[in-house]
Amino acid sequence: MIDFSILIGGKAGFGIDKSGSIIGRLLNQLGYRVFIYRDYPSIIRGGHTFSIIRAHESKIAAYQDKVDFVIALNQETLDLHKSRLKKECFYIFDSDQLKLDAGQACGIGAPLGKILKEENAPEIMRNSCIIGALAKAIGIDFGILENVLKKEFSKEVELNIKVARRGFDEAKELIKIESLKQEILPLVSGNEAVALGLIKGGLSAFIAYPMTPTSPVLHYLAEVADNFLLDVIHPESEISVILMALGFSYIGRKVAVGTSGGGFCLMTEGLSFAAMAELPVVIILGQRPGPSTGLPTYSAQTELSFALSAGQGEFTRFIAAPGDAEEAYYWSAVSMNVSWKYQIPSIILTDKNLGESVSNFDINSVDEIKEEKPILWDGKSPYKRYAFTENGVSPLAFVPAKDAIVKINSYEHDESGITTEDPELSRLMQEKRLRKKEFLIEDLEALGLVKVYGNKDAQVSLVCWGSNKGVCIEVAQKMGLRLIQPLVIEPFPIKQFNAALSGVNKIILVECNATAQLAGLLKGYGINADSLILKYDGRPFSLEELEKKISEVLIWVR
Amino acid sequence: MGQINLGTYAQNTWCPGCGNFAILNAIKSVLNDLCAEGLLLENVVLVSGIGCHAKIVDYINVNSFYSIHGRAVPAAEGIKLADPKLKVIGFAGDGDAYGEGIEHLIFAAKRNIDITMIIHNNRVYGLTTGQYTPTSPLGFRGRSTPRGTSELPINPLEVMLASGATYLARGTSHGIELLKNIFKEAILHKGFSLVDVLQVCVTYFNMYEYYDKHAYELKDHNSGDYLQALNKIREWDYNKESPIALGTLYKNQATIFEERFISPKTEVKEIDTKIKAILSEAR
Repeated sequence: MIDFSILIGGKAGFGIDKSGSIIGRLLNQLGYRVFIYRDYPSIIRGGHTFSIIRAHESKIAAYQDKVDFVIALNQETLDLHKSRLKKECFYIFDSDQLKLDAGQACGIGAPLGKILKEENAPEIMRNSCIIGALAKAIGIDFGILENVLKKEFSKEVELNIKVARRGFDEAKELIKIESLKQEILPLVSGNEAVALGLIKGGLSAFIAYPMTPTSPVLHYLAEVADNFLLDVIHPESEISVILMALGFSYIGRKVAVGTSGGGFCLMTEGLSFAAMAELPVVIILGQRPGPSTGLPTYSAQTELSFALSAGQGEFTRFIAAPGDAEEAYYWSAVSMNVSWKYQIPSIILTDKNLGESVSNFDINSVDEIKEEKPILWDGKSPYKRYAFTENGVSPLAFVPAKDAIVKINSYEHDESGITTEDPELSRLMQEKRLRKKEFLIEDLEALGLVKVYGNKDAQVSLVCWGSNKGVCIEVAQKMGLRLIQPLVIEPFPIKQFNAALSGVNKIILVECNATAQLAGLLKGYGINADSLILKYDGRPFSLEELEKKISEVLIWVR
Repeated sequence: MGQINLGTYAQNTWCPGCGNFAILNAIKSVLNDLCAEGLLLENVVLVSGIGCHAKIVDYINVNSFYSIHGRAVPAAEGIKLADPKLKVIGFAGDGDAYGEGIEHLIFAAKRNIDITMIIHNNRVYGLTTGQYTPTSPLGFRGRSTPRGTSELPINPLEVMLASGATYLARGTSHGIELLKNIFKEAILHKGFSLVDVLQVCVTYFNMYEYYDKHAYELKDHNSGDYLQALNKIREWDYNKESPIALGTLYKNQATIFEERFISPKTEVKEIDTKIKAILSEAR
């Protein structure tokens, strides 16, 4: 089994991220399944940044601490990461920058500065040069790298190739990575998968104020806006974002917004308004370590409880927590359908680990997404925006409609949308909005709301949600454990969850937060975790780390 | 053409003598006028915030979006951007527009988005029973400031002029004919328009006499001249006793946001094919 990791590091501003994606693409060309973990500080220049590119025969969504190669664009990278190396001398460095002592002299040094000077290339091309050296070191034909560079760069392609060739010629082959005979799959980030899923769900407008880790959704949709006839808007604040979105929703335009915890705080009054006004909206909520500004460029699963309870009053909402790119695509599309079918807000919980990591995307493995039409007014009876119905969903009419006056209201209102304080009407309206949940639960039952992986007969089961899926699957497989992953958080799929639990006598809950938020939710259903494995330092679990933690708890759990 | 009955069955709960009646009657009359001139009523959307003013949308039988406090403007912008052919008319109070939501007003003006905001500026919080607002005069004694406020009011029209609004006018609730004229002009203006209505709250801050004494209608004013407009806007700072100019203070044509921004709206075809093409490029 081939399982191969490369770490590339340097200072923020060096272009490490781009290099990571080039290396990922290079390994992808050989038929490997790739996962790219990105670690960077919340600054534009300076500070240590690195990416770990992992290649495997089968699909993966996790990184390992140990790596096969380190590519060091500065001394710090080698100092920080040399200990990760499986074999001592498997590193590539800039011999113009790193002055190694004679005793230390191993690895492959490439005189990047000298080469760049000779080729009259800008400093940023140190990346292409050292990737050239890497290609040689791991036995990849230069032609493959050349094709990747052609795809990755839109300008100065020839110079990049030339510089890469010089790096290639400087290095020596240390190992030979054989290519695999399997289909090459696309490499996408979780954020791109979310964006494409929203488009699949009929997105017509996306509105967001930039905030890590979901800004890439905004950037990506702005980039493809013309292709899909999207309006992509970046207004003055998250408050404006959600209110503008509700304006779009009112007109019948399918709309989504993206943010993180802080921005979501500002949106909560609008969220509650969406529920009262029964205006569909999808919110991409990229969680991160908090409280407050916290660790902006790092990862956490901090907002499950917040998403469940955000907004004043009591109302029906839908919350999905995808665990990888395919699920991000699928649930983004499904959320759009659910929001419009039930006229409720949907929240998609992501985080940096899901959103900004890059992995292979196999669209053929995604469950079928049925196109759902919202329930529309028949044009006959006088139009009432909030007409009482059996399932609580009133038929929609959109402005401009010749014979319908559409009145939206944040106050409690009657069927026509006129403000009321009548006790009977208030009770009926509250019941109408809450009644949707029963029908939504029934409707969702046809979907895979809870997934089971690993040893499906094992009595000890891991339970995880969101981006911990990838690392948990691998560890569960390796250790012979079951893994249960709920994809929907609200309405909580208790029926499918209980079915998944059948035969389990010990539950180990794995979460990237400090208070075990899913465990808290499960407790309400009488399901108690026997052991909690929590991580809240901003970094997702590596395979080794999770395996070690589970081994420790297994001793007394068993 | 006969008058359209724009009333609803909602019971009016404004205090007798409230300045909001003048705004309600003026806007109904203007909508009737505009419809007689060819505007389709179904293309009109009224937006409001929260406060006494906001009940206006319950009283007019037209499409409406009763938003939350301080947030009439972004909702109005969203509606306009979602369908630029609509006439979007927003109503907001002074607490609502100049207090909690002022950033939206500044940005809407900056964008010169083609919506109209009518501000029910009674310079007191009515619905929350009498506290000071951003335009209350210095020393205003309200329930949250029993010893009088210690801050000066803002001059909202000066803020709006600086922010890029292209139509600014002022009226009072004692001059319905003027209100009709400036409402109509504001609605027909292409770009961001705002009308500051010195609308009197008879219960908490009765200023009828004060406005009757100081207000005058603009004559020989060149509303296309930025500096003249600025001078007239600065003549009264919402605090000291001085003449209060009414009518169109500033009017200018500039490119609107929608023209620069909006993409053509047709049905997107072959989404699946396009997604697959993107994915195939990402290998």
